[in-house]
Amino acid sequence: MRLEVSLRGERGLLLDTLSALVALAVTVAIAGLIFAALGADPLAGLHAFFLSPLLDAWSLQEVAVKAAPLILIGLGLSLCYRANVWNIGAEGQFTAGALLGSVPAVLFPDWQGPLVLPAMLILGMVGGMAYAAIPAFLKVRFRANEILTSLMLAYVALLVLDYLVRGPWRDPMGFNFPESRLFTGDQRLLRLVEGTRLHAGLLLVVAAVPLVWFVTRYTLAGFSLRVIGEAPRAGAFAGFSRARITYAVFAACGALAGLAGILEIAGTVGQLRPVISPGYGFAAIIVAFLGRLSPLGVAMAGLVLAVSYIGAEAAQVSIGVSDKVARVIQGTLLFSVLACDALARYRLRLVTTPAGAPAAGE
Amino acid sequence: MDLTEAVLITIVTASTPLLLAAIGELVVERAGVLNLGVEGMMIVGAVAAFAAAYGTGSATLGILSGALAGVALSLLFALFAVLIATNQVATGLALTLFGLGLAGLIGEPFVGKPGLRLDALPIPGLSAIPVIGPAFFTRDVLVYLSFILVVGVSLFLARSRAGLVLRAVGENPEAAQNLGYRVRLIRIAAVAFGGACSGLAGAHLSLAYTPQWAEGMTGGRGWIALALVVFATWMPSRVFLGAYFFGAIAILQLHAQAVGLGLPSQAMTALPYIATIIALVLLSRDAILLRRHTPAALGRPYVPVR
Repeated sequence: MRLEVSLRGERGLLLDTLSALVALAVTVAIAGLIFAALGADPLAGLHAFFLSPLLDAWSLQEVAVKAAPLILIGLGLSLCYRANVWNIGAEGQFTAGALLGSVPAVLFPDWQGPLVLPAMLILGMVGGMAYAAIPAFLKVRFRANEILTSLMLAYVALLVLDYLVRGPWRDPMGFNFPESRLFTGDQRLLRLVEGTRLHAGLLLVVAAVPLVWFVTRYTLAGFSLRVIGEAPRAGAFAGFSRARITYAVFAACGALAGLAGILEIAGTVGQLRPVISPGYGFAAIIVAFLGRLSPLGVAMAGLVLAVSYIGAEAAQVSIGVSDKVARVIQGTLLFSVLACDALARYRLRLVTTPAGAPAAGE
Repeated sequence: MDLTEAVLITIVTASTPLLLAAIGELVVERAGVLNLGVEGMMIVGAVAAFAAAYGTGSATLGILSGALAGVALSLLFALFAVLIATNQVATGLALTLFGLGLAGLIGEPFVGKPGLRLDALPIPGLSAIPVIGPAFFTRDVLVYLSFILVVGVSLFLARSRAGLVLRAVGENPEAAQNLGYRVRLIRIAAVAFGGACSGLAGAHLSLAYTPQWAEGMTGGRGWIALALVVFATWMPSRVFLGAYFFGAIAILQLHAQAVGLGLPSQAMTALPYIATIIALVLLSRDAILLRRHTPAALGRPYVPVR
C-alpha cells in the first residue's frame, strides 16, 4: 500500500476560502485536545480561548488593537510571499520602525503641534523600509539567502532596542527603569473613542487593506509581482526585473511593518520598552498564510490571530491554562493551513497496487 | 588551568550544539529537503532533555528524550513536506513557531529549577595531552558524538552506497525513482536523522552548555546552524570548521564583555548574528561555487510520477 499524490485542476476563491475555514476548524479541534492534555475541560477552554474575546466590549477593543499590527505586517508579508521572497524578519522591521519613528518624541520631547505625529509616522515607515532594504540588497547584489539574513537582522534590531532603552534613550526621570520617556500630547495618536484603547491608527489599517488590494489587482506593479512569483521565467521574458520586485516587496513590507511599529508605540504603548511586541512579526507569517496571501483574507486572519492572544489570557484566568498555549495553537494553525492547502491542491489516495504497476485506465 | 585552556574548553562547549544541528541538517539537505525547523526541534529537544533528566535523575535518559523529541517533530515535518508535498519553507517555519511555543509551554514548570550536568568522560591517553586534552578529550558524550558524526557522515556520503543513493535523491529524485529507489522513504529517514541531531543539540544546551531551562534558550542557534550548512557548501568537514568558528565568536564576545572594551554588551551579543550575515554574503557572492555545491533538488517538493 502506498500514498499517491496527484495535481487537482483549477483552484479558485471558493476552494481557497473553504480550505482556510477547514484549517480553522481543524485547529479548534486540536486546541480542544491540547486543553484536555493540559488537564482542563476542553469545552470550557475552547469557549475561553475562541469565543470569550468576542463577547464583551473590552475584549473586542483589545482584539482590534492587537489585530492592527498583525494585519499591517501580514499585508506586507503577503506581498513578499506572492513574489516568492521569503522575508521572515518582519519583527526587525517592526522594531526599526518603532525606533526611528520615536526619534522626534525621544530626542525633541518638547516638540508639539500638528507636524509631530506625521513626522513620527513617516519616520517609522522609513525606518522599517530602510531596515528591510538590507536583506533585499544582500539578496540582489550577493544572492545571500533572505530567510537567514532577514531573521538575523531581526535579532540585531531587538538588541538595538534593548541598548537604546537601557542606555542613551532611558528616561532620566524614570527611576532607572529601562524605558524611554512617556510620549505626551501631540506625540500620541488620538483616541477614536474616549476612554478606550482604540487609537486613530486603526483607521490607517482599515485604509491599508483596500490600498494593497487595489495595487496588487489593478496596477502593473501588482501584476508583475504575481507573475514573477508564480512563473519566474515568463516574468523574465515579459521584461519584469526580479531584482526590482525584490526591492519593491521588501520596501513595501518594511514600510507596513515599520508603520505597525510606530503605531504600536504612539498609539498603544506610549513609550519605548525593552519588549514592545509579543512576536507580532512572526505571528504575521501565520496571518499571511491563513489569509491566503490576499488582502481581505489577511485582514480576517489578523483578527483570528488577535483573538488567539486575547483568548490565551482569558483561558489563563478562567481555566488556569498557561497563556503560552497561544503560540502552540498558532503553530498548529499554520500546520493546518498548509495541510488544507495541499489537500486543496493535490488529490491524495492510498493505493494497494505495487509501485510501478500501471493503474487501471492508463 | 591557564586562560587559553579555559577559553578553548568553553569554545568546544559552545560549538557542539551548532555542530550537532548543522551536521544533521546537512544530511537532510543533501537528500533535497530544506527543513527550516531546526530552531524549533532544537528547543523542544532542550526542554525534553531537561525535563527527563530532572524527572528521572538520569542524564542518559535526558539525552535520549532530547533526541526522540527532535525525531518526533521532524516526522511531523516529514508528514507535511515530504508525504503531502507542502511548501518546505513554510512548513519549516511552522515547525519552528510550533516548537518554540511547545517548548515554552512544556518548560514553564521547569524555569529556575536546578539542572543536571553531563559527566565528563576522559579518554585515556588523549586526555593527558596538554591544552588539547582537557578541551577535546575530557568531555561529555555529546561532544564525542559530534566528532563521530562528522567523520561518520563524511564517510557515509562520500564512500557508501547508501550515501550515494541519498545524494542522488537530493540531486535528481526523478532519476532515483526510476532506478527503483523509494525517494520519499529515503527523504523521511534523512529528515528523522536531522531531527535526532537537532534534538541532541538542544540536549547539549540544557544539559551541558547552561544546565537549566530558560525560554528561548536556543537564541537563534538553529538558524545559525542552517546558515552553517550553506557556508560549508554542504561538506561535513567544513561544517566542523564553521561550527568552531561560530562557537569561538560566541565565546570571545562573552570574554570581551567581561573585559569591557567600552562597547555596549548588546553590540557584543549581536556579533554572532552579524557574523552570520557577513559570512553568508561572502560565500553567496560566488555564484558558481554555490551552484556547484547546492543539491539540485533542494527545497523542491517531490511528487512521484506514476
